[in-house]
Amino acid sequence: MTTVPARLSGIRLARMRDLTLVPAILLLLVVGAIVDPVFLSSANIVNVLQQQTELSLLVLAETIILIGGRFDLSLESTVGLAPALGVALVIPAASNGLGTDWPSALAVPIILLVGLLVGALNGLLILRFGLSAFIVTLGMLIVLRGLQIGITGGQNLFELPPSVLYLGNATWLGLPLSIWLCGLLFAIGIAALGWFRHGRAVYAIGGNVDAARAAGIRSDRVIWIVFMVGGTLAALAGLLMTGRLGSVAAAQGQGMIFTVFAAAVIGGVSMDGGKGTLFGALCGVLVLGLINNILTLAGVSAQWIQAVYGLIILVALILARVTTGKAQDS
Amino acid sequence: MNNANGAAGVHAGAPAVEAVHTSKRFGATTALHDVSMSIAPGSTHALVGRNGAGKSTLVSLLTGLQSPDAGAIAFDGKPAPPVADRSAWRRRVACVFQRSTIIPDLSVAENLFLNRQGDVVRWGALRRKAAELLQEYAVDVDPAARAGDLGVEQRQLVEIARALSQGARFIILDEPTARLDATAIDRLFGRLRALSATGVTMLFISHHLQEIYSVCDTVTVLRDARHVLTAPVADVDHDALVAAMTGEAVGLTEVEARPPVGDDTRVALRLKDLTLHGSYSGIDVDVRAGEIVGVTGSGSSGKVALAETVGGLRRPTNGTVTVGEQPVPPGSVPAALAAGIGLVPQDRHREGLIPLLSIAENATLPIAGSFGRFGYVAPGRLRDTARSFIDRYDIHAEGPAAPVSSLSGGNAQKVVLARALSTAPSVLVLINPTAGVDVRSKESLLGAVRAAADTGTAVLMVSDELDDLRHCDRVLVMFHGRVVAALPAGWSDTDVVAAVEGVNR
Repeated sequence: MTTVPARLSGIRLARMRDLTLVPAILLLLVVGAIVDPVFLSSANIVNVLQQQTELSLLVLAETIILIGGRFDLSLESTVGLAPALGVALVIPAASNGLGTDWPSALAVPIILLVGLLVGALNGLLILRFGLSAFIVTLGMLIVLRGLQIGITGGQNLFELPPSVLYLGNATWLGLPLSIWLCGLLFAIGIAALGWFRHGRAVYAIGGNVDAARAAGIRSDRVIWIVFMVGGTLAALAGLLMTGRLGSVAAAQGQGMIFTVFAAAVIGGVSMDGGKGTLFGALCGVLVLGLINNILTLAGVSAQWIQAVYGLIILVALILARVTTGKAQDS
Repeated sequence: MNNANGAAGVHAGAPAVEAVHTSKRFGATTALHDVSMSIAPGSTHALVGRNGAGKSTLVSLLTGLQSPDAGAIAFDGKPAPPVADRSAWRRRVACVFQRSTIIPDLSVAENLFLNRQGDVVRWGALRRKAAELLQEYAVDVDPAARAGDLGVEQRQLVEIARALSQGARFIILDEPTARLDATAIDRLFGRLRALSATGVTMLFISHHLQEIYSVCDTVTVLRDARHVLTAPVADVDHDALVAAMTGEAVGLTEVEARPPVGDDTRVALRLKDLTLHGSYSGIDVDVRAGEIVGVTGSGSSGKVALAETVGGLRRPTNGTVTVGEQPVPPGSVPAALAAGIGLVPQDRHREGLIPLLSIAENATLPIAGSFGRFGYVAPGRLRDTARSFIDRYDIHAEGPAAPVSSLSGGNAQKVVLARALSTAPSVLVLINPTAGVDVRSKESLLGAVRAAADTGTAVLMVSDELDDLRHCDRVLVMFHGRVVAALPAGWSDTDVVAAVEGVNR
């Protein structure tokens, strides 16, 4: 059998699909440089990257969930609730805390644990009780946001322990720690989904759950774990945002979920499951981050920037549809 | 009959697979009642029965998807593992389902070793292992190819190779030929015989009785959840088999001759120089009112594409379709409907029916506008029309309001036919109208087609099945996109098969 040339072309094709956004990113870099010379300065690029770290972690979480054939809208509320709860449990009541005054070293573990529990609860409702993922996670989105407002009394939390600020604030070897962290997590994610049996199981479940079950994959357990990983990553994203901004805003993370889905879909992840790569999704995040930065530098007025940004995302989706030649939800 | 092993007489020793007095109930319905069957090692055993006879229930017991309420399953004389132990079941039995269990976006290699890749996947080694496996079973497929890009035949071979690589020596094939053309079926049968020679035991489920005679050595018939007979195929002739399945003597191969359609009858459907690049070219066909014209050929002959073009699902590159005197605008189903063309599409699940809607709504979709003004669908008139369809087309259902997904394959197909005929079309186009349909339903479907032709409808029937084509006034054989033979009624099976295979007549 002549498998060798065919195999090479197969790999080449797969890589090509992954790289479709690279020209777009290069084009945006050129456009950015023309719009404003400041754009290519290392300070600006680092700034763009750091701003995208939180989004990229959410996209990382959502992409794994989408590949498994499910989705999770509640990630954006976890971004707010997890740090708010973790912080409120350790700061004094005078700073809008809950008055429990737990040791501040517990804040970061609690924040991550909250994310894990939210993911576990989503998994419980969707997998054990067989509820629709859309309604469950939409309900969760509202409940979690409401909990955050209830706990904090609608106030922003300012007096944060240094451990909470560290991850989003520190700089290692000249780059913000959050960028290193994101890069590391994406590398782990890409390796896990590409080269590990359990990662491949996520693709199998999203592609054809009956076939996956027939092959002995415990699909419910895998998806449950995926939801928990997703929740934990969302909590981590919240932690990074808290550190970067120095406070927990009442609306932290609100409205991010549309951008998350847009980045994933632009990056070639299918809403139907089983298709897409983390590298593609990461490219999607970069494209959106660069567009946002260019719009700001180009001086689009603050009142209009949202409309323009949303419109550009829709156009990018159309372009992604045209270039991949496949419908995105059929 | 509990000792079927003796009847087969292929090998001595414990049977490879045995079901002993198994029963299974689902709520009020008995799906399987005290059924015993044993399959000798290395034999190819056929399991036949009409839709609903209990075949799928027996298969789900034999594959460990369900456990019997009473009785037991045994492999090689040892009791079957508990239902929860999936991997033990997979080592004993593998099932190639009618519905594919391939994951389309993963590579062939990954599909072959799904969940057996090892904890860390070494892609190079995995592809090499897959290539070896495919070579071992002489399956010419690139292990790096995307599984979704494979044809039906290749996909099935990959599934069979996967089943064997898991160590199973007993394979259940659930209607493996339903979506293959004649040459692919021959190749599949060649492989099955070779596998059988190496000692693999097979249970073969099919609606095509002819296939059972060509590959199986023993046959078991189920009827109404009960075991009817197990015997060597050589001892049961075609009519006896059908009689065992239906509980009465019927001879389907005997077809009542149709009165000839005169040359002076007006032409209802005219295809002129019809061409679709990559599928067929230069097709000129006239179908007279009241005439049934069959079209057959292999899967690559372009016959399905031709029928879909007439039905408006595809736009031809060249040529015209004329109904009566009027040319039909190409590539539009509404235009085809308006011109009086009714279509029974190839895949009733994908193109034919809307599973959650009722029988009534499915059957009357094209004429729903006639049940009231301004788009209002009067429930009473809808129900009455649907009732008359249910009677006329012999649809076995709880009533017009039952969801179409509750119907068996044969009855669902009758709903599709009822819908195609609901507009009283002057031209009826059918694509494989009896695929995956039980013997009884086949008869009523073909009877309804004949009745339509008797009232002056021109029928163009694309089919692989000789039993369908026997009802045609003439049969056109397509080969590589061209009509290569036109056989008048009275042809013999070998004429058609030879023309389909491209053998010189």
